[in-house]
Amino acid sequence: MRSPIRFERRLEQPKWLNWAIPVVSLIAALVLGAIVLLATGKNPLDVYGRIFERGFAGTRALSGSIKTATPLAFTGLCAAIAFRMGLINIGGEGQFYMGAVGATWAGLAFGGDLPTGAVVIVMALSGMVCGGLYAAIVGVLRAKFNTNEIITSLMMNYLAAIFLNYLIYNSTSYWRDPESRNFPAGKPISDRADWNFYEIGGIKIPLAFLIAILAAAAIWVLYKRTRFGFEVGVIADSPKAARYAGIRTTSTIVIVLALSGALAGLGGAADVGNFRGLLDSKGLQMSGYGYTGIVVAALARLNPISTLVVAVLIGGLTNAGFALQGPDFPSGLVGTLQGLILFTAVAGEVLVKYRIRRNRRIAAVAA
Amino acid sequence: MKSAVRMTGIVKRFPGVVANDGVDVDIRAGEVHALLGENGAGKSTLSNILTGLYRPDDGTVEIDGHPMQFSSPRDALEAGIGMVHQHFRLVSTFTVAENVVLGEPDSPFMMDAARVAQQVKELSDRYGLAVDPSARIWQLSVGEQQRVEIIKVLYRGAKVLILDEPTAVLTPIEADALFKTLRAMVAEGRTVIFISHKLDEVIKVSDRVTVLRGGKTVGTVETASTNTRELASLMVGRSVEFNRIVRSNPADVAHTVLTLDGVSARDDRGREALHDISLMVGRGEIVGVAGVAGNGQRELAEVISGMRPLSTGRIDVAGESVQSGRARSAIAKGIAHIPEDRLHTGLASSHSVEDNLALKNYRSSSLSKFRVLRRKAIRAQAADLVRSYDVKTPDTVTPVRLLSGGNVQKVLLAREFSSLPKVLIAASPTRGLDVGAIETVRARLVEAAERGVGILLISEDLDEIMSLADRIVVMYEGRLVDEVAAEAADRERLGLTMGGSTVSGGAR
Ligand SMILES: Nc1ncnc2c1ncn2[C@@H]1O[C@H](COP(=O)(O)OP(=O)(O)O)[C@@H](O)[C@H]1O
Ligand SMILES: [Mg+2]
Repeated sequence: MRSPIRFERRLEQPKWLNWAIPVVSLIAALVLGAIVLLATGKNPLDVYGRIFERGFAGTRALSGSIKTATPLAFTGLCAAIAFRMGLINIGGEGQFYMGAVGATWAGLAFGGDLPTGAVVIVMALSGMVCGGLYAAIVGVLRAKFNTNEIITSLMMNYLAAIFLNYLIYNSTSYWRDPESRNFPAGKPISDRADWNFYEIGGIKIPLAFLIAILAAAAIWVLYKRTRFGFEVGVIADSPKAARYAGIRTTSTIVIVLALSGALAGLGGAADVGNFRGLLDSKGLQMSGYGYTGIVVAALARLNPISTLVVAVLIGGLTNAGFALQGPDFPSGLVGTLQGLILFTAVAGEVLVKYRIRRNRRIAAVAA
Repeated sequence: MKSAVRMTGIVKRFPGVVANDGVDVDIRAGEVHALLGENGAGKSTLSNILTGLYRPDDGTVEIDGHPMQFSSPRDALEAGIGMVHQHFRLVSTFTVAENVVLGEPDSPFMMDAARVAQQVKELSDRYGLAVDPSARIWQLSVGEQQRVEIIKVLYRGAKVLILDEPTAVLTPIEADALFKTLRAMVAEGRTVIFISHKLDEVIKVSDRVTVLRGGKTVGTVETASTNTRELASLMVGRSVEFNRIVRSNPADVAHTVLTLDGVSARDDRGREALHDISLMVGRGEIVGVAGVAGNGQRELAEVISGMRPLSTGRIDVAGESVQSGRARSAIAKGIAHIPEDRLHTGLASSHSVEDNLALKNYRSSSLSKFRVLRRKAIRAQAADLVRSYDVKTPDTVTPVRLLSGGNVQKVLLAREFSSLPKVLIAASPTRGLDVGAIETVRARLVEAAERGVGILLISEDLDEIMSLADRIVVMYEGRLVDEVAAEAADRERLGLTMGGSTVSGGAR
């Protein structure tokens, strides 16, 4: 069978495509969504108005979007920093869990004694160390034995999920609330271990999101301005050239994966400290922040600053989706709309790199 | 005679350059037609237009007398025109047969492996393209991979084959086999367009030659009625001669700058590639390493430049020992290296000219402070080197892969020479370059030697070695099998020892 169209890699990528494609993708998503909505008897303008209102209009909507965006910002940065070196770390999910485990331990252990500021720091560090070490395993396997990091990091996500279940459901661990016999749950950390929210221009911003902004800026500086960033760039471009120039490839791989995991781990810590207040095995596993983070990073073209913006957009869409759901608006329809937006965004990404051509038989045209 | 392809008045402009400026070529059915021209003459651009990768700004393309407009390589292939690119496009984990059917527009979901293997085998027997259909690409040598590319194009029924500098990646023996294949294809009525800037090859394989210079057609000549000298002057627009370059001050062999003492090393597959090599290079001396490719030359260069660990032996630079397998140590001791694979080993090709010029000294205190890069200093260094080495580039932030071959090599030379090395390892430093660039590179090497740099010149090109080296050693199967002073060298003896024959009275 012969398909009517085909994709061809673009030889030259015109600059204007960089902004034209996202705009066209968004319009395409809105048009496709409108068709779906009309078909189900809804007024598209009305629905889009509500999405905008619930996701992005006003301080309350924005506060909610930023809250939802916070874990995605961290997992997005986790993916971006590794992907930029050509290391496909799919393990943000598991590294996020491990960060949550480490931070909850720190919160439970020190929450009663230390002042809030110190507890926050200890939790954040503990989360970063746990996420970072967990990812470093993948790095060592890759650097020393050349195992495929996609597969190992993915497998370690499942391992981390089993570990979470073990801590909360299958044992009487330090993390489990001893009061919860019939419905096992995590032990809540003390109020002193709660991370703060700040009001800026009427928008409630979690401390964790501010940390994410700092982290994104730090990554930007690291990759753009430092020797380390230069080395990462050369390794990504050509490992042989890196070896030729005396760059230590193995240790750089391990460090980048550890940093990547530390960011996801910091996200896990933030999730516990700013929002959940305990190790929520089921909640974490249902959220899938690690996987969504990969999408966020990809849409942001691995740029750390854009990653934050995309995270807020996705956060807003998610919240608007929850808000739309109701007796007259099934959740399936919400999912369809969100899916369409992601789908056209990814399709747009493809169009920057490839062009679509029609398959014809011989193209003889009289000159 | 009938034309298979006729291109008239082809114009193609890129920002800032006219790559093709009214090119006319007329290719007859059933001939090997060479397109000859220096790097940047517009050969690849012309073939990309013929295969529909680029659209011409002006001009017409006729196939078998019919005007055509291709908008993609598939259109061209449907009209019977197939291209074997300079850079291969194979999936390294797939088998030969899988690669051959990959991307076929009509390929079924499941391939009939046995049938494809049979067809691949038929093609390879018919044209002398020896390759195992069930081998995986990563197991194949570069020459074999090229054969797969050719089979792929034949499998799709191409009647006109374009080969863009196919010999650049081949050893002389592989190149000869390729020429036989090309002759077999035209004997069956196919047409071959052979792109090259090497005069000898063009003379050897083609029926007619069209010479391009600066994007324009200089003329088309019958190969039988021309010679390398005429083609060279058509190509560069003046007469050229390669002579032994006269040195103003001789080598100072009393001062050794590089010593290899009983060096052995393994190749990537763990087999012993270097056996007990001992060698000395004096200050300002050029030692040529002759040999057929694949006899350990690459490993030798890598071992000295610290990219590959030694299994035994030691390497000293001016009396100080270099740590085995530590490129950083080699660089610090003053070893510069121009690797054979410039774009992927010597340079990070997607990186800018300025980044590549800083690739080895970005750690120095002049280019970074507290581990933060000093961009301004990096840019200033690049501007300086681009000027003094006459690198043709729009600016210093252009990725090196967009530069022409000669300018790529200039970037490498600029970086390696400006580090003021004590020792320079140059592996095939003029391979793939055009006549003008070859002259520049050779002059730079001699200049460096006159400044006192000890040079190890590894090359398959005997003429190059004989015209530059003070002393010549021959490598065969990982050993140094012969050594002669350049004045005393004769081609016949070198040729024999390179082929593994022992010569009585050999120096070691
Ligand atoms: N895609 C491109 N963009 C800009 N300039 C190009 C491009 N391709 C080729 N050129 C320029 O066109 C000229 C001819 O290049 P090319 O056809 O590759 O020459 P050849 O194959 O004969 O070495 C060169 O100056 C080259 O830099
Ligand atoms: Mg070319």
